[in-house]
Amino acid sequence: MKNTLYKEAFKRTLPVLSGYIVLGMGYGILMAKNNFDLVWTLSYGLLTYAGSMQFVAINLMKSSAHLLTVFITTLMVNLRHFLYGLSMVDHYKDAGRYKPYLIFGLTDETYSLVVTWDSPEGVDPYKFAFVMTLFNQIYWVTGGIIGAILGSALTFNTAGIDFAMTALFITVAVEQWCATKNHLPALLGLLGTVICLALFGGSQFLIPAMVLMVSALTLLRPYVDSKDEEGEQHA
Amino acid sequence: MHNILILIVASATTLLIRALPFMLFGNGEKTSPYILYLGDVLPSAIMMMLIVYCLKDTNIMVLSETLPALIAVMVTAGLQFVKHNTLLSIVTGTICYMVLIQLVFI
Repeated sequence: MKNTLYKEAFKRTLPVLSGYIVLGMGYGILMAKNNFDLVWTLSYGLLTYAGSMQFVAINLMKSSAHLLTVFITTLMVNLRHFLYGLSMVDHYKDAGRYKPYLIFGLTDETYSLVVTWDSPEGVDPYKFAFVMTLFNQIYWVTGGIIGAILGSALTFNTAGIDFAMTALFITVAVEQWCATKNHLPALLGLLGTVICLALFGGSQFLIPAMVLMVSALTLLRPYVDSKDEEGEQHA
Repeated sequence: MHNILILIVASATTLLIRALPFMLFGNGEKTSPYILYLGDVLPSAIMMMLIVYCLKDTNIMVLSETLPALIAVMVTAGLQFVKHNTLLSIVTGTICYMVLIQLVFI
C-alpha cells in the first residue's frame, strides 16, 4: 500500500521533476553569478519556495530594496497563489497534521497536481497530496543545489525545456475540460486572461485577470449553478 | 544583514498569501456554499490563466516565436485529448517545442 502511494506520487510529479530541476538549476546559477552562495540558494528554496518570486528577490537584494517594497513586490508576484488556496479550502479542510505543509507548499505546479483531487484507491488523499508537495520541493531545492555548485559550467542546450511546465498545465486543463459539460469557467479564464494581457501587458495583467475571473464567476453564479444541476439530472 | 530581512519578508509574505484563504474561509464547521462554488468553477479558469501566464512573453508579432509555441500547445493538448496520458503529452510537447526553437525556427 505504502509503495503504491510513493510510486504513484513520483509518477505524477515526474513532469515537475524535469521542470523544477532545470528551473532550479537556472536559479542556482543566477544566484552564484550574483555572488549569493549555496546557503542563500538553499534558504530561499526551503523558506520562500516560490519560483518566480525567488528570481525577483535576487534583484531586490542587489538593490537593497526597502522592506516595504519587498512586501508589495511579493504580494504582486504571488497573489495568484491566493486563488489556489481559495479553491482548495474544502479539500484541505480535514488534512490535519499535513495541512500546514500542504498550504506552505502550494506552488503553481503543486496546485496543478493536487487540484484534480484523485488519489489512487485505498490511499490517504491528504498523505498523497503531502508526498507530492514534498517531492516537488525536493526537486526544486535539488535543482538549486546543482546549479549553485556547477555554476555555468553546464553546456547542454536546455532552451525551451521550461515548456514542460506549460505542458503540465495544458494536460490538466484538457482533463478538466473533459470532466465537465460546463465550459464557461474555462472559456472565461482563457478569454479574460488574454484580454487582460492585451490591455495591461505582460508584467501587470495577472491581478486584473484574477479580479475579472472571480467577479465574473460570482455574477454568473445563478446561471452556472443551475446549469450544473441540469447536467446532473441528465446524467 | 538587510538581505536576511529581505529573505524573511519575502518568505513570510508568500506564506501569508497561501494561508490567507484558509484563515478567512476554512474555519467554520461547514465550508460556505459560495466558497464551495468557487472551488468548483475556479480551477479550470485558473488553469487557463496559468497557461496564458506561461506564454505571456511570446511575441505574437514574431512568427518564429508564435509558431513553435502554437504548435507545441496543439500537440500537447491534442495528444492529451486523444490518449489521456499526461506524461506522454508533456514529454512529446516539450521535445517538440525544444526542437522547434533550437533547430527549426532559429
